[in-house]
Amino acid sequence: MQARKFKTIWFPLAAIAVIVGGLALLFAWAAGLLGDRTTTRTFLGNTLQEFEPGYRRAHGKGVCFTGVFHSSGAASSLSKARVFSQQDIPAIGRFSIGSGDPHAADTSTSTVSMALLLTADDQSQWRMKLNNAPYFPTRDAEGFLAQRSAFEPDPATGQPDPARVAAFFEKYPEARKAVEYKATAPWPRSFAGAQYNVINAFVLLAADGKRQAVRWSMRPHATLPGLSAEERAKAGHDFLFEDIKQRSANGSLYWDLVLQLAEAGDPVDDPSQPWPPERQQVVAGTLEVTSVRDQAEGGCRDINFDPTLVPSGIELSKDPVLAARAGIYSHSYNARLREIGFGKATQAIGKKDGE
Amino acid sequence: MMHDLPETPAPAPGHFNLLGRVLHWAMAIGIMAMLFIGVGMMSSLSLRPWLIDLHQPLGIAILVLALLRLANRLLRAVPPLPASVPRWQAAAAHASHWLLYLMMIALPLLGWAVRSAGNWPVILMDGWMLPAIVPENPVLYAWLRLAHGIGAWLLFALLLGHIGAALVHAWIFRDGVFSSMARGSRTRVSRLPDN
Repeated sequence: MQARKFKTIWFPLAAIAVIVGGLALLFAWAAGLLGDRTTTRTFLGNTLQEFEPGYRRAHGKGVCFTGVFHSSGAASSLSKARVFSQQDIPAIGRFSIGSGDPHAADTSTSTVSMALLLTADDQSQWRMKLNNAPYFPTRDAEGFLAQRSAFEPDPATGQPDPARVAAFFEKYPEARKAVEYKATAPWPRSFAGAQYNVINAFVLLAADGKRQAVRWSMRPHATLPGLSAEERAKAGHDFLFEDIKQRSANGSLYWDLVLQLAEAGDPVDDPSQPWPPERQQVVAGTLEVTSVRDQAEGGCRDINFDPTLVPSGIELSKDPVLAARAGIYSHSYNARLREIGFGKATQAIGKKDGE
Repeated sequence: MMHDLPETPAPAPGHFNLLGRVLHWAMAIGIMAMLFIGVGMMSSLSLRPWLIDLHQPLGIAILVLALLRLANRLLRAVPPLPASVPRWQAAAAHASHWLLYLMMIALPLLGWAVRSAGNWPVILMDGWMLPAIVPENPVLYAWLRLAHGIGAWLLFALLLGHIGAALVHAWIFRDGVFSSMARGSRTRVSRLPDN
């Protein structure tokens, strides 16, 4: 009797519990709630919950710009994307500094960025986020976390622990050149004079089916020397932002969109490996920045400049850092739009405290 | 014609019709995959671009199939639950089934609206985009995105309950409820002469 009850009730019931429970656990694992694998949330840590409401979790201090991208037509044989053939494309973008703190001093980092959204007349969008750094320190996204933790100052000495730094370089030897570059790279004097680089590679798709791996840069028309140490010591808290407002008020600012074409054997999927400078370049057009406005009301505030949103005619490479950026940006975007949407943001949307 | 004659009511079918069964099992796979794609693209370091390219066309396909399925469900007779099923269980089954229909239609629409409110195109495939269904607005985006996420977890919980209950019928009650969706009627040929 007992054996029969086991066979007809308890055993099937246990099997059902295993199936349903197993699915639930698998789902929790896929969502990153179970286990300790690195997910895109890992990169944001507790900033998703604890942060000044409404601000980007990285590069939070920025300014919006609007302008026009004047396509030269020179890249239209390389890619069927409408952006390379349409003459004038409305552009909206953002300049920012590399600090995590949305109120950081402009002298707190030598990293400056340009973000851009081009919308062609076929409604296709091209979003990008460019940095003045020429390449990414590490070959993958996990390397970013490893570097951040290795260079964290030891509370006792205020300096990074040399043993941990050495262990990091052991694991990511390619990062040496980026760290050395950063130590000697010129500090930007103005957003207007910086060259902004895409870092990750993409693939252009021509109408005839040809594929061409590329990286690109926004090369400034303005040539400005870097900021010396003495000038930096005297520079104001918001000198970059005051400068760009002033310059743009005096007239448009220009950057050439320069495509760098890879040759066979160039590392396409490794953002830490720049291609030789003698690679062929194509000037696909010129970005004209016509006006600059505060980010609280300038129209770029609610845009996620997700570099993986590319038009038909441009494809993503298999660069793992590019893929990781999409998810990381998405969490930052969702968090700050939630704060803005649910009325928690104040200064980020231009409200004075207590308003 | 037959249905108009009160003395010969159409016999209730023992099984769901073929279209209903095909849609059920195809969508079962599609929706389960969709839910895993959804949470996966919010966590995976390397797969997000690939997953989000899948998420959009698959979501629209589920929306279209769900509407077709709803029409089929409303227009065609479905097998009744056996008399052995207690009243509260029958009520729970009905409520959860209609809730499943609601979610199958609402979640893709919410996803589409989330993309619209954030000024993201819904890309079905290379160069094929859907128009926005709500205006671009951060407040709208925030609420819609929250609803889309919570809705997905609710749907997953509902599906677990659905799968658990279906397997209880299949392996413990063995009352024909599971087979009414799993296969067609085997006695149809012998019934034909009666018509």
